[in-house]
Amino acid sequence: MSNREISCSTALREALEEEMERDDTIFIIGEDLVAHGGIFGQFEGLPERFPGRVIDSPISETCIVGSGVGAALTGMRPIVDMHFADFVTTGMDEIANQMAKIRYMFGGQAKVPMVLWAPDGGGLSAAAQHSQSLESWFVHIPGLKVVAPSEPSDVKGLIKAAIRDDDPVIFFQHKRLFAQTGHVPEDEYIIPIGSAAVKRPGKDITILTYSRMTYLCLEAAEQLAKEEIDVEIVDLRTLKPLDFALIAESVKKTYNVLIVHEACLTGGFGGEIAARIGEELFDYLDAPVMRIGAKDVPIPFSPVMEDFVLPKVSDVVEGVKKVLNR
Amino acid sequence: MKTSKKEKLSLFKKMLTVRAFEQKAGELFQQNLIPGFIHLSIGQEASSIGTCSVLRTDDYVASTHRGHGHMIGKGADPRMMFAELFGKTTGYCKGKGGSMHIADFSVGILGANGVVGGGFPIMIGAGLSIKLRKTDQVGVVFFGDGAANRGTFHEACNMAAILKLPIIFLCENNLYASTTPSEYTLAGGSVAGRAGGYGIPGHAVDGNDILEVRNVVEKAVARARKGKGPSIVENMTYRYRGHFEGDPQKYRSTDEIDTHRKTSDPIERFKKHLQKEGILTTELEDKIKKDVTKLIGEAVQFGQDAPLPRPEDALEDLFVNP
Repeated sequence: MSNREISCSTALREALEEEMERDDTIFIIGEDLVAHGGIFGQFEGLPERFPGRVIDSPISETCIVGSGVGAALTGMRPIVDMHFADFVTTGMDEIANQMAKIRYMFGGQAKVPMVLWAPDGGGLSAAAQHSQSLESWFVHIPGLKVVAPSEPSDVKGLIKAAIRDDDPVIFFQHKRLFAQTGHVPEDEYIIPIGSAAVKRPGKDITILTYSRMTYLCLEAAEQLAKEEIDVEIVDLRTLKPLDFALIAESVKKTYNVLIVHEACLTGGFGGEIAARIGEELFDYLDAPVMRIGAKDVPIPFSPVMEDFVLPKVSDVVEGVKKVLNR
Repeated sequence: MKTSKKEKLSLFKKMLTVRAFEQKAGELFQQNLIPGFIHLSIGQEASSIGTCSVLRTDDYVASTHRGHGHMIGKGADPRMMFAELFGKTTGYCKGKGGSMHIADFSVGILGANGVVGGGFPIMIGAGLSIKLRKTDQVGVVFFGDGAANRGTFHEACNMAAILKLPIIFLCENNLYASTTPSEYTLAGGSVAGRAGGYGIPGHAVDGNDILEVRNVVEKAVARARKGKGPSIVENMTYRYRGHFEGDPQKYRSTDEIDTHRKTSDPIERFKKHLQKEGILTTELEDKIKKDVTKLIGEAVQFGQDAPLPRPEDALEDLFVNP
């Protein structure tokens, strides 16, 4: 087995190339794809490799998402590129009322095998309309699967699973993690949608997190280890369907839970997980479940303010100590 | 395009079928036998049947909340439609959709849509799919004058035009967007007139003349099939019923409705044409009407006899792989 390390961007591109090679019903549509290779260069090389299957759209999110829905209904496997996750607002009817509901409201006679790829998250001084983490909107809509991986190997394994899935998948990929490198196996593999992973085993407290926050939590865990606090980190990877079995397994071992996400705290996905742990695992808790999320303001532009608003390693360290009363 | 005598009689029967279906649906709704709300297209039968009559089974149609005519025109089974209206298991959507969400993928109906203007982006996808699969299918997206004012209309016309997608934007301009006159809502006064902005053909049609509808739609379809891109067709028509059943219709007078009914009813007009051509005798008309009554009666019976879903069926059909 090789030890090759590649970035999240490369992992995505590799996966798309392998999948498009395997299945010619797959195509990608979005803005700035053919000449530019995607606004982040995420699809570089694919337009040349697969002529006609990487398609430039006018600036029309409603038609980008809608074209995915209509093509999926008629035998294709589209990947639609949202440019920035924030722009889902301009294609929201197509996501919430069409993509999510068509199979159900037509009594199961159709399927919508499409992936909506949405680069999200803050930390780039991109300000309020290019920095959001909006995943909780989509877990709230029945009919969608929601994925938010952290490391490159998860990106590759999960995008493949998302493409092959017969249901619509919202695939959030954090912009600050594009350059993040990690080991990615050379051989073909799939990571099933709906499976979380323990990214650091520990016995004192469970941190439930996903996307970029996984890396922050890993850093916090190293600091806490010096104070003899042994943190277990569960990277949820998929938010819907949620791998509650793995969450329960970890909680039954540590009796303490901290949930960390980059999305703002109020109405964030952490509240849902906390409630469920309260309902189903109350007897296994030594302390109330706590949550860390961004402060409840839009993401500000100036780096000093953005840093203040987004969760930091020190917030996670303090949060763990608060749960453990240390 | 030429229409044979046999075809003309078949069109006549289909128009009567749509009308009988909707009149019956309206009655059953008034008797509280159909839940929810329904939107009838009585008065618009030349548009729905005329348009669908030039399509192949493998062509796609995206329909609207006022879609019963499109369904019957494209070949949906009235029995399964009534079963759906009753919320029964044998309905098209197993009772999960109702009147506003009937779909039959086996005959290319990509579904009625409860969101005004919701069909445009979906048809863009179907058009793209046709192009990528390199078939000669076409797609028709039905919409009303109200939907022409949504951004989805503009975005889809633009995208269909630049990608030369095989799509016909088929407006059924019945003069009212829900309860608001299109005279007030529609800048420029014409949906077909907007085609110039996209560099595509736009045709305003007497939408109550089924042969005229066929002529124009057939040309747009032929153009699309040849890969020459989309067209807008605006069938000028009128609905006799309210926006929804139960609509008090404060926005128009009964005189207005009566005038349209007396002077431009699509079925009466076509009937006169058939009589003039000596195709339709009184005996034949009676027989066709009898057949239609029987068909609709059986469809209603099928729907009424069908079993209700189990409440927990509500939890099925969300995902292929839950």
